[in-house]
Amino acid sequence: MTRSHQPGELLLRLRGVTKQFGAVTALQDIELDIHAGEVVALVGDNGAGKSTLVKVLAGVHQPTTGTIEYLGQPATFDSPGKALEMGIATVFQDLALCENLDVVANLFLGHEVNPWALDEVQMEVRAWTLLRELAARIPSVREPIASLSGGQRQTVAIARSLLLDPKIIMLDEPTAALGVAQTAEVLNLIERVRDRGHGVILISHNMEDVRAVADRIVVLRLGRNNGTFNANISHQELVAAITGASENSVSRRAARKLETADQIGEALQ
Amino acid sequence: MSPSDNIEPRLDRADSRVRHDAGLAGALRGFIDQVRSGDLGMLPVFVGLLLISIVFSALNPVFLAPNNLVNLLFDAAAVGFIALGVVCVLLLGEIDLSIGSMSGLASAITGVLWVGSGWPLLLVIPAVILTGAIVGLIYGFLRNQFEMPSFVATLSGLLALLGLQLYLLGPTGSINMPFSSALVRFGQILIMPAWLSYLVAIIPGTLIVWGARRADAQREAANLSSTGMSVPIAKAGVLTAALLFAVWYLEQGRGVPWMFGVFVAFVAGLDYALRRTKWGRSMFAVGGNAEAARRSGINVRRIRMSAFIVCSSFAALGGVFAAARLASASQQAGTGDVNLNAIAAAVIGGTSLFGGRGSAWSALLGVLVIMAISNGLTLLNLSSSLRYMITGAVLAIAVIVDSLARRSRASHGRA
Repeated sequence: MTRSHQPGELLLRLRGVTKQFGAVTALQDIELDIHAGEVVALVGDNGAGKSTLVKVLAGVHQPTTGTIEYLGQPATFDSPGKALEMGIATVFQDLALCENLDVVANLFLGHEVNPWALDEVQMEVRAWTLLRELAARIPSVREPIASLSGGQRQTVAIARSLLLDPKIIMLDEPTAALGVAQTAEVLNLIERVRDRGHGVILISHNMEDVRAVADRIVVLRLGRNNGTFNANISHQELVAAITGASENSVSRRAARKLETADQIGEALQ
Repeated sequence: MSPSDNIEPRLDRADSRVRHDAGLAGALRGFIDQVRSGDLGMLPVFVGLLLISIVFSALNPVFLAPNNLVNLLFDAAAVGFIALGVVCVLLLGEIDLSIGSMSGLASAITGVLWVGSGWPLLLVIPAVILTGAIVGLIYGFLRNQFEMPSFVATLSGLLALLGLQLYLLGPTGSINMPFSSALVRFGQILIMPAWLSYLVAIIPGTLIVWGARRADAQREAANLSSTGMSVPIAKAGVLTAALLFAVWYLEQGRGVPWMFGVFVAFVAGLDYALRRTKWGRSMFAVGGNAEAARRSGINVRRIRMSAFIVCSSFAALGGVFAAARLASASQQAGTGDVNLNAIAAAVIGGTSLFGGRGSAWSALLGVLVIMAISNGLTLLNLSSSLRYMITGAVLAIAVIVDSLARRSRASHGRA
C-alpha cells in the first residue's frame, strides 16, 4: 500500500465551483478543501447539491465555472475513468454494479488482472481478502450481484472503491441501506481508510454517523456553502445550518415535544 | 487433499450459510436449480434439436442421412458466421438488422473484385472484411454521437447496403464464380481428412479436463476450494463421446466440411475473447449496466463501436462464405430470411435480446437448429412461403422463451 502523503497535506481544493443544468443552478461558488488523513462530511437537505458535487469530483459532470486543484495542480476530471486514474474513487448512491456479473467481476471491472487472459484465481483471492478485511458477509463471490441483498451490494461497492488504493474516496450515503453491525463496520472502515492517509468525503443524512467519524462537517444549502463545523457541533446547530434557520421544522417539533412533556409534568404535580 | 483442510476453512468456504454443491450429484442439483430459476442455458437447443430430428425423420427418413447432415453443415457455416456477429451486438442489448444486406453486399464485392476485376482472393477477402468493418464503424458512430437507436440506424443501413449491392451487380444482376476455384471448392466440396476430424473432436474434452486440472492446482495453491475433477471428467467424457459419434456418423457420408471447421474455430476464438479477456468482460458489463460500466472507467463508446465492427465484419465474412456455397453473387444474396435466421440462431442458442447474457457457442447451436428446420422443410418440398411463416414462428417462440426465462431469473434473484 502506498502512503505517499503526509496527514494534513492538501489533496484537493475547490474554489468557486458552479454547476448549472440549463436554468437551474445546482451548485454556486462552492469552496471545499480535502486533506490527507481526514474525513470530511458533506451534509445538506435534499436538493442541496451534495450529489451534484460528488458527480463533479467523480468526473460524471463537468463544472460550469470554477477551479479544481488536485495535489497542488489545476485539474479537470473530464471522465469517470480520469478521476479514478488520478486517485478519486467513488461509491455512488445507486452503487453502479452490473447485476449480471459476479462479485469478482464487479470488483475488478475496468481493472482486470491480465487483460488478455483474465487471472480469475488471483482476482478471487484478492476479492476474498478485501471482503474479509471489511468483515463483509458475502456468501459467495461467484454469484451474480442480482442474488445479493442491498447491504451486501453496498459492501461490494465499497470494497470496489478501495481496490485501487485511491487518494480520496467519496461515499454517497454509504450506510443508508445497512444494518446496525454493518453500519458500524463501515464507520470503522472509514476510520481505517483515514488512518492510512487517504482523504474521505462522506455524504450522509445520518447525523449520528456524521458526528461519529467526521473531522470536519461541511454544510451545503441550496447549492451554496453554509458553514464548516467540527464534530463537536450540537445536533441543533447542525440542523439549523442545514435548514438555514434556528427556527425550523425540526426545532419546532422538538419544542412541541418539550411543551407537551412540560404540560404532562404540570398535570402530574 | 492436504491435512490443512480440517484446520482452517478455505478462503471461500468460511461462510456456513451457503450450500456448496460438490461432486456429480451436487453439480446435477445445481443444474436443476439453475433451470428452475430460469437459467436455461443450452437446454432449449437440445430439446429443439431432438424434437426436430424426431419430427422430420418421421416425415422424411432422408433428413438424418449422413450426407444430408453434411449438406446442412455446409449451409450452416455462412449463416453461422453472421449469427456469431449478432451475438456481439445482442450482448450489448443492441441489434443489427442489416446483417443480411451486409452479407449480400459482401458477396457482390467478392464477385466484382475477384471475378470482374481479377483481384487475387487473398486481397479480396481482406477488402470485403474491411468494408464490413467500415459499415460497423458507421453504425457505432451513429449510435455514439447521435444516440441513434441501433435498430433504426441498421434498418436504414439495410436499405442502403442493399442498394449498393444492386448497384455493384449492375443490370445483369448476378456474377457466377468458377467452379474449379479454391473458394467455390471450399464452399461446396472440401472436406476435412477423417483423422483431423477425429482429432478435433477430442480437443474440447481434453481442454476441459486440462483446464480444470490447471484451475484446481491454482486454486489449491491460493487456498481456495477446488471443484474436484469428477464433474469436468464426466462433462468431457459425454462431450467427447458425442462429438466422436457425430464425426463417425458424418464420415459415413462425405465427412466434416472445412467450411464448418473454420466456423467452429472462429466460434472457439470468440468464446475465448468473450470469457477470458478484458474486452469480453467489458462487453458483458456494458450489456448489463452501461452506466455502471462507464463509471468503472470502461470506455463504453469504444466497446459499442467494437461490437458493431465485429458484427458487420462477421456478416461480411459470412457473405463471402455464402457466395462460395452458391458459387455466385446475385441480387438475391442476403435477402429474404438471412437476417431473421441469423438473429433467431443467436437467440435460440441462448443469447438474450435484452443484453448482458449469451455466449459464442449460442451462434453454433442456434444455427444448427435453424438450419435443421430450414433443411427439413426443404426436404418436405414446402414452398418458401410456408418456410418463412414457420421460421418466423420459431423466432417468436425463441423470444418468448427468452423473455419468460428472464422474468423467472429476475424473480429468483439471478441476473
